[in-house]
Amino acid sequence: MAQETIVKDPFKTEEYMINMGPQHPATHGVLRLLLTIDGEIIKKVEPDLGFIHRSIEKMCERDSYQQIVHLTDRMDYLSSHINNEAVCLAVENALEIEVPDRVKVIRTIIDELTRIASHTLWWGVMGMDLGALTTYFYGFRDRELINDIFEETCGARLTMNYNIPGGLMFDIHPNFVQRTKDFVKHFKTKLPEYDQLLTGNIIFQKRMKGVGVLTKEDAISFGVSGPVARGSGVASDIRKIHPYSAFDRVEFNEILFTEGDSFARYNVRIKEMWESLSIIEQLIDNIPEGDYKVPTKAVIKLPKGEFYQRVETARGELGVYIYSDGKKNPYRVKFRSPGFSNLSALNHMAVGSKIGDLVAMMATLDLVVPDIDR
Amino acid sequence: MDLTRVYNFFDYSFLKKKNMTNNELQNLIEPWFSGLEFTEEETQFLTLTVSKENLYELMQKLRNEYETQFDYLFCETGMDWGATLGVIYHLRSTKYGHEMVVKVHTSDRENANIDTVCDIWRTAELHEREIHDLFGIKFNNHPNMKVLILPENWEGYPLRKDYVDEVNMIIR
Amino acid sequence: MMNIPLLLPTEWVHKWLSGFMPETAVSITEMVLIAVAYLAFFAVAGLYLVLLERKIAAWIQLRLGPNRVGFWGIFQTIADALKLVSKELTGTVKADKFLYNLAPYFPIVAALIALSVFPFSKSLQAYNINIGIFFLTAVSSIGVIGILIGGYGSNNKYALIGAMRSGVQVISYELSVGLSLLTMVLLTGSLQLSEIIETQRTGGWLIVQGHIPAIIAFMIYMIAGTAETNRAPFDLVEAESELGAGYHTEYSGMKFAYFFLAEFINMFIIAAIATTVFFGGWLSPFGITDGIFWLQPFWFILKVFLIILLMMFFRWTYPRLRIDQVLTLEWKYLLPLNLMNIVLMAIMVWLGFTISW
Repeated sequence: MAQETIVKDPFKTEEYMINMGPQHPATHGVLRLLLTIDGEIIKKVEPDLGFIHRSIEKMCERDSYQQIVHLTDRMDYLSSHINNEAVCLAVENALEIEVPDRVKVIRTIIDELTRIASHTLWWGVMGMDLGALTTYFYGFRDRELINDIFEETCGARLTMNYNIPGGLMFDIHPNFVQRTKDFVKHFKTKLPEYDQLLTGNIIFQKRMKGVGVLTKEDAISFGVSGPVARGSGVASDIRKIHPYSAFDRVEFNEILFTEGDSFARYNVRIKEMWESLSIIEQLIDNIPEGDYKVPTKAVIKLPKGEFYQRVETARGELGVYIYSDGKKNPYRVKFRSPGFSNLSALNHMAVGSKIGDLVAMMATLDLVVPDIDR
Repeated sequence: MDLTRVYNFFDYSFLKKKNMTNNELQNLIEPWFSGLEFTEEETQFLTLTVSKENLYELMQKLRNEYETQFDYLFCETGMDWGATLGVIYHLRSTKYGHEMVVKVHTSDRENANIDTVCDIWRTAELHEREIHDLFGIKFNNHPNMKVLILPENWEGYPLRKDYVDEVNMIIR
Repeated sequence: MMNIPLLLPTEWVHKWLSGFMPETAVSITEMVLIAVAYLAFFAVAGLYLVLLERKIAAWIQLRLGPNRVGFWGIFQTIADALKLVSKELTGTVKADKFLYNLAPYFPIVAALIALSVFPFSKSLQAYNINIGIFFLTAVSSIGVIGILIGGYGSNNKYALIGAMRSGVQVISYELSVGLSLLTMVLLTGSLQLSEIIETQRTGGWLIVQGHIPAIIAFMIYMIAGTAETNRAPFDLVEAESELGAGYHTEYSGMKFAYFFLAEFINMFIIAAIATTVFFGGWLSPFGITDGIFWLQPFWFILKVFLIILLMMFFRWTYPRLRIDQVLTLEWKYLLPLNLMNIVLMAIMVWLGFTISW
């Protein structure tokens, strides 16, 4: 009958879908997150990737092995030296070349400098995301010093193509040792300042404690690695489990925290910076003399088989899986990037918290999107 | 709680349970199913090839069995061997420390179907979406089988060996 | 009629105008002249506050601020104002046209009205109403309407979230502002601003007169004051990292300039209330130069400047709070503290424990 009116439930609510879009001040790179929120509480987070996909894996199938090295440092550009080292180590282990000690020590020192550079940038941007806009400048001021050291030795500030299969591209600059020592001395006075500015601040602690908890079983199941896993109690430092370069002859601690919230991940990274400083100090004075590379053939052909090499970048475990069938181009290369697995844990951590917490969580996960999209 | 000092105080390796060597793993797993092939040549891990039907049960047993306990899937790779498509799983046990590789083939290139393992290891959710995107392998029982990286109207599966794209690919 | 106190130049103007106009026309002309003077002065002052903030931010962040346009960047904000005036006024298609265009006027009008009651010196005060403080808090509450209407009328999800957050924050913190000012009124016994300064001239600054409760009231007032103007650490309304730009995302050109300027004039108002009520307005410390009338505005501006400096330091040092933490702070901590403080002050005044000379 026409008299029958269908009355909608007056209290029916709909979900509100917001797009934290590809261009956004808080997502570090082009990451699009589709948030379904109810007021201020998040119901679901769905990442949408692919804005910076450059088909690196497909390109590797047509390039030679020396050319692959230069593609990798665009993946996670903040730890570019470590990415290069992963591929070089894979090729060297496959060909069973033994690089001289000098190369190993120099690679380790520049690894740790890269890690400090990446963590200072992370610290600066993290403060900026949470509203303390001054930390950005302090973090970058120290990163500039490291970039200057790299520019003198490797020739580039961000994507340093310094590693080649067989060793290094050129020898270190004569100023390298002195400048690194000066930097270590300078940075040791700055790290306590950063602790005072941000870590001890009550507003900061209230925004980070209890936010984004990831338990140990979930961390293992989601395959996270790096500081995210170590903040949840999973001891997964590749430098200790499968040591490479000169990491088996230095003494350093592996940082473990158990709570699994954002504050624990933050503390892990700050303490990692101290450990990196101590590694550099142990190695910088005794760089062994010798050659800086081992001559390889112009056309490298790996024997038939599969080779897997993993390194510890600033974000976690980077794995390089090369499947070669004896020709001069690899048959398939797969990069297991740390950001990809860390991102899959975001939905699980974010359900039930607020938008402000989501920003804090993404800052502590330390996502670099070109690493995720490759 | 900061476990750094406690954890690094002395070498814990005598307390950890011994990891199993490749031979022991092979002897343990071989009787479980028929048709498993083990190999160790041309690779640094123990590699196990399993058929599509037994894949899910094998993965569950590898995860839950007391002596193996492979609870960390650290790499899931799609692969195109020319005649067959497939997936390669790299597994690790955080408790014992041993590692293994599992491979599975499927010869149907039009409608490739493999069981998903994302209820065993949750990291597989995003990895399998990416393999579906780039190789065209569909995973059964996956909660969210959508494309991840490519736009939704992309035709073809780029990482396959027979993919041809006149416009975008540069072949020397 | 308004009671415009006469100063020498105002006497000349008054005499000149009453020479050729009837009484009411003289009053209206004088009102218009004073309004124009205030508008001109505070528009320029707002611009220079922006420059000051940029320079202080640069100093804290180890860099130089604007220093290209004029010596030390003095003409920088004038250049910015020219740029804003000449911008295209965009708008979204589905925006509610009336509300969208109406919204920017509320904050700026409320701010300028509130400016009229401040005593810059003994005889420089535009509107000496006898309910001074009450008038101030009432008028500055009008500004929140502009934020809510602007956020809703923009037809933008982010703007709406920002506007809702801001609305609830401003309304909550008005309570704390009002109550902490009430604590000081207990000492003076009058709401009129010039009376408050009279009490401080004879007895010493109010923050010294009512020692412990006055210091507590001052701290609560500073926290609530920064929250009222949506400045850090309470600036989640315009949290650039989270939502783009909050309620003024969709505004550009002159309308954005109104919102922007209103924020800085609000900061000036909060600092001016603090100096008048707590620190003695235009009085000099220990009454050294009270007689020299052209030094009185100088002391006022100096004290306001110091408090603005404090607010700017907050912004560039602390991270921001989450919205539920902001509201918890107000309703569970500041409000009970404020109420107990009032009782404490009342007991102290009744027993005569105030310090005065």
